[in-house]
Amino acid sequence: MLQDKDRIFTNLYGFHSPDLDAARKRGAWDETKFLIDQGRDWIVDEMKKSGLRGRGGAGFPTGLKWSFMPKQNDGRPHYLVVNADESEPGTCKDREIMRHDPHLLIEGCLLASFAMGAHACYIYLRGEYIAERIALQRAVDEAYKAKLIGKGNVHGWDFDLYVHHGAGAYICGEETALLESLEGKKGMPRLKPPFPANVGLYGCPTTVNNVESIAVAGTILRRGASWFSGLGRPNNVGTKLFCVSGHVNKPCNVEEEMGITFRELIDKHCGGIRGGWDNLLAVIPGGSSVPMVPAEQIADAHMDFDTLRNLQSGLGTAAVIVMDKSTDIVRAITRISYFYKHESCGQCTPCREGTGWMWRVLTRMSEGRAQKREIDMLLEVTKQVEGHTICALGDAAAWPIQGLIRHFRHEIEKRIDDYAANPHSDPVRVAAE
Amino acid sequence: MAVRRLAPEAVQPKEFSFTPQTEAWTKELVAKYPQGRQASAVIPLLWRVQSDCGGWLPQKAIEAVSERLEMPYIRVYEVATFYTMFNLEPVGKFYVQMCGTTPCMLRGSNEIRKVLEERVGPQQSVSEDGMFSWLEVECLGACCNAPMVQINDDYYEDLTPENFNKLLDDLAAGKKVNIGSQAGRKSSEPEGDVKTLTDPALYDGSVVGSWRKRFEEEAAQRAAEEKAKAEQEKADKGKGDAGKGETKAKSEAKSETKAEAEVRKVDKEAAVAPKKGHPDAGRATERPVAEAPAQQKAAGEEPLDLEAEDKEIAEKLAALHKDASPEDKANAVGSRPKALKKPRKDKPDDLKKINGIGPANADKLHNLGIYHYDQIAQWGRPEIRWVGQFLSFAGRIDREDWVGQAKTLAASDDKS
Repeated sequence: MLQDKDRIFTNLYGFHSPDLDAARKRGAWDETKFLIDQGRDWIVDEMKKSGLRGRGGAGFPTGLKWSFMPKQNDGRPHYLVVNADESEPGTCKDREIMRHDPHLLIEGCLLASFAMGAHACYIYLRGEYIAERIALQRAVDEAYKAKLIGKGNVHGWDFDLYVHHGAGAYICGEETALLESLEGKKGMPRLKPPFPANVGLYGCPTTVNNVESIAVAGTILRRGASWFSGLGRPNNVGTKLFCVSGHVNKPCNVEEEMGITFRELIDKHCGGIRGGWDNLLAVIPGGSSVPMVPAEQIADAHMDFDTLRNLQSGLGTAAVIVMDKSTDIVRAITRISYFYKHESCGQCTPCREGTGWMWRVLTRMSEGRAQKREIDMLLEVTKQVEGHTICALGDAAAWPIQGLIRHFRHEIEKRIDDYAANPHSDPVRVAAE
Repeated sequence: MAVRRLAPEAVQPKEFSFTPQTEAWTKELVAKYPQGRQASAVIPLLWRVQSDCGGWLPQKAIEAVSERLEMPYIRVYEVATFYTMFNLEPVGKFYVQMCGTTPCMLRGSNEIRKVLEERVGPQQSVSEDGMFSWLEVECLGACCNAPMVQINDDYYEDLTPENFNKLLDDLAAGKKVNIGSQAGRKSSEPEGDVKTLTDPALYDGSVVGSWRKRFEEEAAQRAAEEKAKAEQEKADKGKGDAGKGETKAKSEAKSETKAEAEVRKVDKEAAVAPKKGHPDAGRATERPVAEAPAQQKAAGEEPLDLEAEDKEIAEKLAALHKDASPEDKANAVGSRPKALKKPRKDKPDDLKKINGIGPANADKLHNLGIYHYDQIAQWGRPEIRWVGQFLSFAGRIDREDWVGQAKTLAASDDKS
């Protein structure tokens, strides 16, 4: 188990005050000027060396992303945009950071903006997080007041931080859709290239990072790349917030070392699987977008990017959704499928039409009202949606279904057989007297 | 995607005006965004106006927002109908949004739905007393505290049919209720069994400054190294052999550049290394294409001045007769790539594997005597210009990086 002294989010549960004074005592804003004085290149280099992979789902190296920003300013302002549009089903980690440890995030914003030559940063929260928005705004005001940020602040880098919010659209978690939304438009993803590092917010160079990726920056720079990269497993280093939900005895958020085994994570922090380990059916290890992994494969697997990819799934946002044997697995995936139907922005045809089609077919299958050949047809359609859309929502809609068919085809077939054997389960209609 | 329309005419109020507080607040809001970008304020302003109007957006309010932000009405209408938190029809005094997505469903949101159906009625209809209306929404992002609902602005978590019924009773009766967990949790900690973040040293201020040691040690080490180096140099000089000293200095310089070159190489690899694909590939940048001049520079490449090249081409073309054949035009701007009479071993590569080459272009290239990846891989600037002009899509070869793609394909062919 990760030791307390190596945890970054020391007020994860809100047992202590989120205020500036308390945050300072926990080590935030501790001689940030010294870090800034080390220079822009040093910060980017240290982040690269730390091996931090983006915490928003894709796992793209954060330091590398920062280095894509133009080194010379061509007259356009640079922007940092923090993606706090946390809507991936199963994920609820950024919420705790913004409520309870907002100063880690604000300090990270300053450091990242300095490293990228940005004087302005927008934090885009999902609209539903109203309490979080108020808490974060309060912390921002505190930081302004203490002259930690703003014009002529103590760090010598003019920097403005704005809190912005959306209004309930999952798709705005996609970086270019987020930028569109921030510009006051419908959240429809942009074609890439050009990439945001070149043409982003208001047509200016922009980097979009997840809340967790930014909030860990200060601690990594202080304690050093080698400290961070010494935790975890090769290529999957550091600590990570895991959000465990579903059928465990004590669902919780917890910061753990990357590559902890699933069994250890659940036994140590979540009080075990509901009904014991024999009762485990399957796990969605990285938020609803990744395919599920059946019990026997996940039980002793390491929770990191590479191991889970080899299990044909992914770490995603490390939102672990646990399902025990009481779960109606087909309905559970059907509900995810409905989610994507609801959240498709409607821009690309394969996704707009495909998500609805897949949901309707799955709804019938969950009752058994289907033909067995339709299973293959469904699989074929998921492959047609995957990779044929501007953003990854099409892929995200396809993968859970592929995972279901890969591991639980027998369950769907059984349902179809049951229904066929008893096609008249509806009560016999009696003519009205 | 859902069809969302404005409320019927009969429900729409006849007029709308901003409250003075909202007016003042809007000024502050617009100041957050650069000048001329006041459209960015549309979502926060609509949200504010929605709460001013009792939880929904009448048509007049949408029009007022479009005027205030100097946006075309249709743009604001688009936004209001796209984002699902904007209610286009009236809602109850307590508007319940019930999360029904899988993590909540696994923890029993179906039971919560039943409570709502029994007490309030079908979705999106206001109860008779005007107190409640409800809607099943998608993941609200409090999955560790599932099942949960949002009532107006606040989250209510860890629900059971019993405590949810009581919560609704209390709200209807105007009693004070606890926001957040209804099971007594502080936030998303494991219930009654917190094993982490218990070390008091985290909170007594002893962490402050403890990290500086590392920097001091590093600085000391660096100073020691420099000192040793200076002494070494001094010793070398002391030997007096000028020629020898010079060669040594030279060889040192050489080894340094070599090291530097290696660093550059590593950087270059890092900058253009493609991101590993599925299924980790999520929502961030898919391919870090080194296309920005700064990125290219970081990758050690000379950024191409394509603009200047375009200009040069345009000038050359303008000098030609206007009936000039594609081939003449192409000859004017570049040089024809070397052709093969027929494919080696009579087996051409599948040029269509290159992104941007379809069957038509593949045929055209075959007619030019180009059959193999390695032929394309060898093109320089003159050849690229020639082919681009000949196929009359100047610039596309660079944009789609045919040469780079061909190099990769040729290399993988060699291996197989």
